[in-house]
Amino acid sequence: MQLVIVDTGCANISSVYFAFKRLGVDATISRDAKLIKAADKVLLPGVGTAHNAMAKLQQAELIDTLQSLQQPLLGICLGMQLLTGHSMEGNVACLNLIPGEVLPMQSAGLRLPHMGWNTLKNIGNHALMRGFTETDYVYFVHSFAVASSRYSLALCHYGSDFAAVIGKDNVAGAQFHPERSGKTGARLLQNFLEWQL
Amino acid sequence: MLAKRLIPCLDVRDGKVVKGVQFRNHEIIGDIVPLAQRYAQAGADELVFYDITASSDGRVVDKSWVRRIAEVIDIPFCVAGGIKTVADAGKILEMGADKISVNSPALARPELINELNHHFGQQCVVVGIDSFFDVASGQYQVYQFTGDESRTQKTQWLTRDWVAEVLKRGAGEIVLNCMNQDGVRQGYDIAQLRSIRDICTVPLIASGGAGTMAHFTDVFNQADVDGALAASVFHKGIIEIAALKAKLIADGISIRP
Repeated sequence: MQLVIVDTGCANISSVYFAFKRLGVDATISRDAKLIKAADKVLLPGVGTAHNAMAKLQQAELIDTLQSLQQPLLGICLGMQLLTGHSMEGNVACLNLIPGEVLPMQSAGLRLPHMGWNTLKNIGNHALMRGFTETDYVYFVHSFAVASSRYSLALCHYGSDFAAVIGKDNVAGAQFHPERSGKTGARLLQNFLEWQL
Repeated sequence: MLAKRLIPCLDVRDGKVVKGVQFRNHEIIGDIVPLAQRYAQAGADELVFYDITASSDGRVVDKSWVRRIAEVIDIPFCVAGGIKTVADAGKILEMGADKISVNSPALARPELINELNHHFGQQCVVVGIDSFFDVASGQYQVYQFTGDESRTQKTQWLTRDWVAEVLKRGAGEIVLNCMNQDGVRQGYDIAQLRSIRDICTVPLIASGGAGTMAHFTDVFNQADVDGALAASVFHKGIIEIAALKAKLIADGISIRP
């Protein structure tokens, strides 16, 4: 299993690397398009702002590479948001691999950022969601979110519903941090490792 | 439903976990990594590592333990102490911390909060506030350099004003440490936390004073804080996290089992 974590220069790369290491996979952290294309699976991490992250991907000339991948690609947190068409955080065009838009959270007066452990709902029948139930808690930290749509694999509710996991074809993303969500988060990463298209 | 967070705080000095009473007379509790791992397995929702040597003695502190924690821990953790620049924060986040918390350096140079927000996003930026109730003036005041008795000093800030200031500058979370209560296990400072809750639009974490399970129920029910931080009751085994969680769930508080 050759897993490449795209080196976005974002902050949570080590945590993601260690999370896979705990599952027995020694990932490669790289921004080399050749390595990324040759990987069995690709992970797009991300912490920070969509604007900065897209600028970094552009600098590294990785936009085309990521858009043309055929193997499973998983985005985490900001990495998930980058998979959509557009983000209002900095008003920036994203990778457009999964239809959707990143908007400020509609939290109905609840405090933002949405920070902490929350439950999932409307969990879909997808390889990534195997073993998940509505009583599982996962760790979120964000102020922007992707709305519920036909591409949602699971939702979360915080003032209103938003997409906790999205997916289309070979591409999927999790708004929460599986690398920081205990055993439940590890299950998502394990499902990703076992995901066959 | 978003769960209230239980957050063991590990005060770190020279790579060891220590605990003092009212910020003084520190005794060694144990090594960082095994303690961190134990808490994660016991059901802690998050961990805070507070390098109490850092801000007060001005030297460059070895933070390689952050990476060792990130390797074994699968819950979020925050590192506090001695982070004075964007570069300091960047190194710690790169080693695998999820958030960084600033206290004295933000008091010395409040723009630090704006800079951290700009570079790493609001969600990474925690501001720790050491607040002491001054009986003479009847007001809560912010203190700095609390890691070192000889340098601890009152600032010009009233706690309420400083909270408003750090929010304006882009803090993503506030940890309010009520110094009068710290280490004495007489309960959280509910009155102060309630008054800060009113003006705090981001997550607010209560710190200082936990002694019994009922103290946690009280602070969640009466001050509506997002998390409760505690040290000695966990380190000394006075409260087991699993039992505390069961009690809080029985009390109707939203908790991750």
